[in-house]
Amino acid sequence: MKEVIHTPVPDIEEEEYHINMGPQHPSTHGVLRLVVSLQGEIVKSLKPHCGYIHRGIEKMCEKDTYPQIIHLTDRMDYLSAHINNHAVCLLVENALQVEVPERVKYIRTIIDELTRIQSHQLWWACYGMDLGGLTCFFYGLRDREHILDIFEESFGSRLLHSYYTPGGLMQDIHPNFQKRVKEFIKYFQKKIKDYDRILTGNVIMTERTRGIGILSKEDAINYAVTGPSGRASGFSCDVRKHYPYSVYDKVEFREVLFTEGDTLHRYYARMEEMRESMKIIEQLIDNIPEGEYSAKMKAVLKLPAGEYYQRVETARGELGAYCISDGNKTPFRLKFRSPNFSNLGVLDKISREHKIADLVAIGASLDFVIPDIDR
Amino acid sequence: MGVTGKYFFSPGQIVTEQYPENRKTLKMAERFKGEVIMPHDENNQHRCTGCGICELNCPNGSIEIISTRIETPEGKKVRIIDKHIYHLSMCTFCGLCIKTCPSDSLAWGQEFEHAVFDRSKLTKVLNQPGSSIIKGIE
Amino acid sequence: MAFSIYDFTSFNQAIDHALYASLPPVLAVIVEMTIIGLVFLVFYAVVGLFLVYAERKVCAFMQNRVGPNRVGPYGIFQTIADFIKLLMKELISIKNSDKLLFNLAPFIVIIASFMAIAAIPFGKGLQAIDFDIGILYVIAVSSLGVVGILLAGWSSNNKYSLIGAMRSGAQIISYELSVGLSLLTIIVLAGTMQFSQIVEGQANGWFIFKGHIPAFIAFILFLIASTAETNRGPFDLAEAESELTAGFHTEYSGIKFAFFFLAEYMNMFIVASIAATVFLGGWMPFHFSGWAGFNHVMDYIPPFVWYLGKTAFVIFLMMWFKWTFPRLRIDQLLNLEWKYLLPINLVNILVMAFIVLMGWHF
Repeated sequence: MKEVIHTPVPDIEEEEYHINMGPQHPSTHGVLRLVVSLQGEIVKSLKPHCGYIHRGIEKMCEKDTYPQIIHLTDRMDYLSAHINNHAVCLLVENALQVEVPERVKYIRTIIDELTRIQSHQLWWACYGMDLGGLTCFFYGLRDREHILDIFEESFGSRLLHSYYTPGGLMQDIHPNFQKRVKEFIKYFQKKIKDYDRILTGNVIMTERTRGIGILSKEDAINYAVTGPSGRASGFSCDVRKHYPYSVYDKVEFREVLFTEGDTLHRYYARMEEMRESMKIIEQLIDNIPEGEYSAKMKAVLKLPAGEYYQRVETARGELGAYCISDGNKTPFRLKFRSPNFSNLGVLDKISREHKIADLVAIGASLDFVIPDIDR
Repeated sequence: MGVTGKYFFSPGQIVTEQYPENRKTLKMAERFKGEVIMPHDENNQHRCTGCGICELNCPNGSIEIISTRIETPEGKKVRIIDKHIYHLSMCTFCGLCIKTCPSDSLAWGQEFEHAVFDRSKLTKVLNQPGSSIIKGIE
Repeated sequence: MAFSIYDFTSFNQAIDHALYASLPPVLAVIVEMTIIGLVFLVFYAVVGLFLVYAERKVCAFMQNRVGPNRVGPYGIFQTIADFIKLLMKELISIKNSDKLLFNLAPFIVIIASFMAIAAIPFGKGLQAIDFDIGILYVIAVSSLGVVGILLAGWSSNNKYSLIGAMRSGAQIISYELSVGLSLLTIIVLAGTMQFSQIVEGQANGWFIFKGHIPAFIAFILFLIASTAETNRGPFDLAEAESELTAGFHTEYSGIKFAFFFLAEYMNMFIVASIAATVFLGGWMPFHFSGWAGFNHVMDYIPPFVWYLGKTAFVIFLMMWFKWTFPRLRIDQLLNLEWKYLLPINLVNILVMAFIVLMGWHF
């Protein structure tokens, strides 16, 4: 990291000037710093500088036991906290070859999809806000509140749950859980039509984002852009379909694929994913089998020496957890392949020759969570 | 415009929580993770044996247990807690202490207004002064 | 005249005569100007503060919130509290900024909106100055404000501010045309540019009804263009907060920021009152030809109330726009103006001229 730009580098052209978007800027949703090189309003190039919220989570994992690691993964992508937990839990369970009760698998799948919906709701809210429609922000948060209330009732907290443990769950779901999830699905199917009316059907929004920030399928694969952003470019990368975990192999759902790969279709992909997630929940919510909420686990978990990899599909793409164990109760090394970091890499490529307003829209459509980039 | 207009003319939809005013009626979910507490019964007795498993399991070192060994009248040497210190400022609310406690002596409290002017107030002693362990808990 | 009970002309003339009788002419003019200035200053502050409050409440209700509700009943004193806060805030001086222009800019913005308000008729005879080219004057003066915005952006020594100011300049120069042309449509119909006569001309029906479809189109065009001219959403590119943090007033604090803020709301009030005056009959009550009883009842509502009601309606429309639509991009903004609004406007004027020529209007 030699060339950290603090002042404009000398070899730029006369007409270009730099602005620092971030670390404190309303549209970067966190402490991401983008050094944007502009010519008038046109973005010529862009350098993301990350590290403003680096907390050394991977290093901290090396001193923690496996159950303790779970609560650190919450803090990476805090909007898909459950799914991050899921990655580590699956990793430990597969390494120890523990058979998790069916009930746990069903509950985990439902909660993962709820997490995905609430994450996309917040994305929708912020997307509208970044495009200038502040009202969207409040509608998105209003509906997200319903999911957070369900979370609060069952897991005790709203954002950072630490609900999964290796082998199962912290505690059984709340008796009201099924009823409230069903109520929410009914409620949200009505409200998502409002979303369509206020933003999807809005001619200003569609015209502003159509054909902006086109990411080709080849580039999506080369840059490893996963999640809805990659699928909008036609890159079939849904871990839930290709490497199913929990009960994703038992449910019917469509992998949302578009070929255009522009900002508008990244928007469509996420809107469709919310509907698909609701379908998954509807299939599972009535069929949760009875049983234990956790498998019997040893008090101290020691993974056999070796390397393990587990991937899950978070709301933003593929999260990989790569673990080297030397047989102790703490991992020798734990590396997370976070989706946002890979997705950030493509921002420079697709936002060149677009306007500042487009850069904001593209950034919103890639849906960054900055703590996940830095970890 | 239709959507915003509809909500403008239907004030029943307002969802704002009137927080400081509804403090009296505000009811948190029963599993709400506010802080770690140690429930005491009416005889000022708790269930903590001072085994230190919570201290071991805590990822951030938020729990410190100061215990002493005493000799019971039957002649057995047992460990009782002197102080069960809980650093709320370091707690990340992961719940491992509560989950792993073999005698279920810890629980989640519902209190969530933790803002104080002095950091030392966030270091709490969970066992009440003069409390003792309930008989029969190993 | 039925509405003569609310005629302020004689009242004004009485004051005028009394002043001229007791004072030398120069002094009388000065005293009159001072009185009018003070009245407008108070009016300006009250309307500005109220509009900020109204905007916050309207957007809150549209977003299922309650809005300001802590200071006073229903939070009506919230904006006054905010204003006091802004008065007490430190005025930060920016390094390497052009001090003179930086300090001058808020005054230009606020003076421009102040001047425009003088020509607006609030009621019969209740008008500071009645130019015979009133509309032209208002258009000219209200577009002075962009000079202040450009200066603010230029002198703050901030790239975001500069981009905001440049956007604002491009935007106002473009949309000024549409504002002018849509008003011209009505001038063709009214045959005068004097505000008082335009209002008188609507005694038997508002121009928006009298002018058939062209007048209605002109009204819509005026609403769009004037929203853009006042830098309000969805055309708030100059201060697009998700792109440029706050655009041209990023570096301003305290009372200077308050000036920009107040001027924005006053500009909204001014364009809304122009729309109300030119299209919706100003202070003229709502009349149906032939319904004498109905018309008589309408006459008893004071013209000031009529005027404010119509203005409030237009302002509400503008707020409704703002809190529904996402923001446009700068090239779309200019496309919209030059490719759609301007041709429509030109055709509209021709149609209106044709209608007037053939005498098809009421």
